[in-house]
Amino acid sequence: MRLELGKIHIKDVQFGAETKVEAGVLYVNEEAIRKLVLEDERIIGCRVELAHPGESCRITPVKDVLEPRVKVSGGGEIFPGALNKVGQVGSGRTHCLDGACVVTVGKIVGFQEGVIDMSGPAADYCPFSKTQNVCVVIEPKDGLETHDYEQAGRMVGLKVANYLGEFARDLEPDEVVVYETKPLLEQIAEYPDLPKVGYLHMLQSQGLLHDTFYYGVDAKTFIPTLMYPTEIMDGAIVSGNCVAPCDKVTTYHHFHNPVIEDLYKHHGKDLNFVGVILTNENVFLADKERCSDMVAKLAKYIGLDGILITEEGYGNPDTDLMMNCRKVQQAGVDVVLITDEFPGRDGKSLSLADACNEADALASCGNGNVVIHFPPMDRLIGMTDYIEMQIGGWAGCKNDDGSFDAEIQIIIASTIANGFNKLAARGY
Amino acid sequence: MGYTVVTNNVRCRDRYEGEYDVVYNEDWTYLEVLLQVRNLVQDGAKLITHPMAGSLKPNQTPFRSVVVGTYSMEDKEPWEDVMLIENSIDSCQKFLRGRPLPNWPEDIKKDCRTLDLSFIEGAMARAPRCPGTTE
Repeated sequence: MRLELGKIHIKDVQFGAETKVEAGVLYVNEEAIRKLVLEDERIIGCRVELAHPGESCRITPVKDVLEPRVKVSGGGEIFPGALNKVGQVGSGRTHCLDGACVVTVGKIVGFQEGVIDMSGPAADYCPFSKTQNVCVVIEPKDGLETHDYEQAGRMVGLKVANYLGEFARDLEPDEVVVYETKPLLEQIAEYPDLPKVGYLHMLQSQGLLHDTFYYGVDAKTFIPTLMYPTEIMDGAIVSGNCVAPCDKVTTYHHFHNPVIEDLYKHHGKDLNFVGVILTNENVFLADKERCSDMVAKLAKYIGLDGILITEEGYGNPDTDLMMNCRKVQQAGVDVVLITDEFPGRDGKSLSLADACNEADALASCGNGNVVIHFPPMDRLIGMTDYIEMQIGGWAGCKNDDGSFDAEIQIIIASTIANGFNKLAARGY
Repeated sequence: MGYTVVTNNVRCRDRYEGEYDVVYNEDWTYLEVLLQVRNLVQDGAKLITHPMAGSLKPNQTPFRSVVVGTYSMEDKEPWEDVMLIENSIDSCQKFLRGRPLPNWPEDIKKDCRTLDLSFIEGAMARAPRCPGTTE
């Protein structure tokens, strides 16, 4: 598959009478977005607010972050099976509003959603302090069941990102990046002397607020499968989870998977990037056995010499991570793990809830237990009523002036376990 | 009945009572549920669901449900389950040493119960109805 990703650079976002992109500015018609969101009778309130880098502004509780994209050619539509019709994606031309984000905001459950600060010390930990953010603050109707609300909130993000992406369709991109992965035998033959490297992408799939969807299919119900890396750039994978904010893989991060990006950068130079294996992180232990067996089988079957593995979450997923690591390594494929850590504030406790002898190469994305100070902000998008209860906060952590102390795991994507951040632990 | 649900979550008890054996005590902490599970595993029960399902850490949710059974679809050695539950208990104690569980208001507890039940429902939807027999 060959995908051209046309990037329209967005330098600012403003409200306007009509939605359009002009000279790098995204103008947003608030009423059009409200109307779109309120089509769903489960949502009774919707407010659109804009947040820019450097502003004294705090956004919380954040559910998901998405980038507006549109499929221009090559078949299929963005978010196939989840929002738009099922259809193969990953080829042709896709346009994105690079630098703009849709941020869905609102209380889903009391504690799982995170914080984005647009300036100050916490901003350094969050990639979305540097993007032009269209924040969609939603309010559910009374008594809406949690599963329904999660689904409604997820669809709001997809719909608004799809709506804004449509305005990129006819624009001339500022930059076009081409990604290509060939059918397996051709791909292997292209660089026969380079090591064949793959990526195992473990999708969160434990249940409510812990689910991910591949072409609309709940990941807990599938068995490991192969994916062309470019499919993910067209929205084949959608986030439905609100796990600890710090290592939540948002839908934005699926578009911008740093492992895939970096493997493409090395492709044809010092390695041959062969493809992606997708698997899940289930609660049913027999699934772990079954799926890790299949991961190892696929890794061997497609002839990999080495594989990078990322997980999402802590605890239960650590068991999947180690089972995958052990079995793939035993199948003769070298493994490097990428994950974040929860070793306590002093960093002295075990970082993961599981381990195995084969896990001898690991890149860390940081310690989620580190505490920092969040100064007061002039503007608040959403509400801070729940800060003390959100993951990373604690009773008494909030001050009257709106400032608070919290572990960095309260910040969206601060220690994201695929490396889309700037934290690292280095051994000397 | 093949499966036993060990839980301090009333919603999990209500969901599975009558279908499986349910060992329920609302006064148990997260850690105490894991200790109950350890007792059963040491007596030969097999772990069916992961003891640390979900990404809510033991100092973030009061509720925990774990399913054990007399028969597992996994071909595993008994010590593997002993290790898994012991590691989970260690990890649980690590978090509680770092910061205790807050005294959540009822609406937060309600959300925690919903999530806990969701993890078990997702798992048990995939488990054989009559483990160890041909249906």
